[in-house]
Amino acid sequence: MTAASSSPPLADPAVTVIRPSRGWVSLHLGELFRYRELVYFLTWRDIKVRYKQTLLGAGWAILQPFLTMVVFSLFFGELAGLPSDGIPYPIFAYSALLPWQFFESGVTKAAGSLVLGRNLVTKVYFPRLAVPLGPVLAGLVDFALASVVLVGLMAYYGYAPTAAIGTLPAFLLLALATTLGVSFLLSAGNVVYRDVGYLAPFLMRLWFFLTPIVYAASEVPPAFRGLYALNPMVTVVEGFRYALVHGTAPTLEMLAVSTAAAAALLLGGTITFHRMERTFADVV
Amino acid sequence: MSDVAVHAVDLGKRYRIGPAGAGYRTLRDSLTAAVTAFGRRRGATENTIWALRHATFDVERGQVLGIIGRNGAGKSTLLKILSRVTEPTEGQAEIRGRVGSLLEVGTGFHPELSGRENIYLNAAILGMKRREIERHFDEIVAFAEVEPFLDTPVKHYSSGMYLRLAFAVAAHLDPEILVVDEVLAVGDAEFQRKCLGKMGDVASQGRTVLFVSHNMSAVLRLTQETIVLESGRIALRAPSPQAVDHYLAAGMSEAGERTWDGDARLAGAAPFRPIALRVRDAQGRVVQQVASTTPFEIEFEYALDQDVPGLRTGIYLATARGEPVLTSFDADDPRLFESLRVRREGRYRSRCRVPANLLNEGVFTVGVNASAFRVRSYFTDERALTFVVDGAGSPGSHWPEPRPGPVRPALEWRIEELTG
Repeated sequence: MTAASSSPPLADPAVTVIRPSRGWVSLHLGELFRYRELVYFLTWRDIKVRYKQTLLGAGWAILQPFLTMVVFSLFFGELAGLPSDGIPYPIFAYSALLPWQFFESGVTKAAGSLVLGRNLVTKVYFPRLAVPLGPVLAGLVDFALASVVLVGLMAYYGYAPTAAIGTLPAFLLLALATTLGVSFLLSAGNVVYRDVGYLAPFLMRLWFFLTPIVYAASEVPPAFRGLYALNPMVTVVEGFRYALVHGTAPTLEMLAVSTAAAAALLLGGTITFHRMERTFADVV
Repeated sequence: MSDVAVHAVDLGKRYRIGPAGAGYRTLRDSLTAAVTAFGRRRGATENTIWALRHATFDVERGQVLGIIGRNGAGKSTLLKILSRVTEPTEGQAEIRGRVGSLLEVGTGFHPELSGRENIYLNAAILGMKRREIERHFDEIVAFAEVEPFLDTPVKHYSSGMYLRLAFAVAAHLDPEILVVDEVLAVGDAEFQRKCLGKMGDVASQGRTVLFVSHNMSAVLRLTQETIVLESGRIALRAPSPQAVDHYLAAGMSEAGERTWDGDARLAGAAPFRPIALRVRDAQGRVVQQVASTTPFEIEFEYALDQDVPGLRTGIYLATARGEPVLTSFDADDPRLFESLRVRREGRYRSRCRVPANLLNEGVFTVGVNASAFRVRSYFTDERALTFVVDGAGSPGSHWPEPRPGPVRPALEWRIEELTG
């Protein structure tokens, strides 16, 4: 479907042409921008609704990663004695859990979002990309809340912020790109193949172990580091540790490979989504 | 600058139906389909239907166009295409102006959010910008009459409040072209009255409106011209009264007939055997929709496997909500009953004539019963058939207001001026 140029209703209103789309579809990012208020409202809705009628409310955003860290420290840190690059295990784990929770919760919620929102998809026109975008962006709020614990941990273990903290936004961006790419892929796939909905949690579990959250990346043999970095979350996690808790910086090779992988995921996810978008209303 | 708001040429939409295509699949389905397709000949017929085909029409700016047809005729598909919710398989449409779609009220309402929050959310989903929403906010609340409950989560709203709020938001859209699908089918009489009123306002403001409905009175009231869709094609485009007549006359509502082949209850009814229950219009055609201004017949066809004494068959007429309207038996006339004391073995048809201007507009159910009074009840089916009474032209219908009650007779009124 191709849309016309400007949208404000004037004396001579814009013409929209509706026809079957053929072949490659343009990315319609301009249209997404025009609907930015809707994206805002959908995100706002997700945030508001997430913790309604719960006792702890937004406290869950903090409690979940915190408790996970406690459990990990007990079993992986103490019991299993996994090496943690010289960093105390709790903060070693938490600095990784923070971006990981953002990724995992974003992807899991986004995967089912189109199917859950079938009422919207079959009744109203708007760029469908806004639907998985909502839960992912809403995750930023949880991320912000959970960082509070991290600040507390840094103070407790005496890790003063260094200049390296300036790189944090870059790694967060990398995480965002990866989350969006995977979210678009899974949410679109789920509309046509419901297996994807079952696949997502399983995929996240595998992905978890492919990311150096409970173990250190330095445990991975150098020969495999390049391949390993194809998982962008590897660089994200290592980057977070570098920025916040004096970990070793990710190598240039890792940065290059991960960024390329994240870009491919984002681009591929968006393109796949757009190609499948035209059948959503018919199939969901 | 053209005066055509919607210019549609050869629009068509094809759906795949059956296990291969309707809706989502699992990987397993796709794999099995791929494997079986391997063995199949190329070009073997796939299960597809054209929900809409060769739809070509223009809608002028400011026109209010009705779209009617049976269920499955393609009305909703056409609206979905024009609302860009789904893509056409072929053809093209040019739309001049913003399209506001009312395909369902309350799209996007979230039960946990308050009325106020849902107004914003729903309005944004329907395409309003924040500034517009703020401008219309008070009007919306006033129209919906929910001011005291604005900050309560909508899951606590009554269904009436919910609908009023949802419609209030949608009604304040400011598009050049409004596309409305059957929103009048929900809600109570009061709500429908409000909806109709608002729609009338919108239409008189000079906006282009496409109005899909099964409510012929509403179509006649709001539109000047109407398109009749039949099996995905435009059968007729004519001034609304003509189009509505065509639709009703062609008996295009679904079968007004109920049969009992192979019903498990039949064994217990023997020697009585019900065959069919039908509603026929004044011309004798089997219909599901009748006009209140013409008489119609309800007929019950049955067979007796042996002579049955003292039999009577009859109907229970009730509103769709289950309120009883009347009960009438074919042997209610005592003389008729005497003359048919024993009904011989054979096939029968008992017909009753419902006079014009008896029933009010609405949906009714017909139940049947065959029994011998205080001896045995042979067969009962309480909600055997549903039919619709369309009230266009009924007494007082020149005032667009709903009148409660299942009957709407044309009573004889005399007005005398009293002097002295």
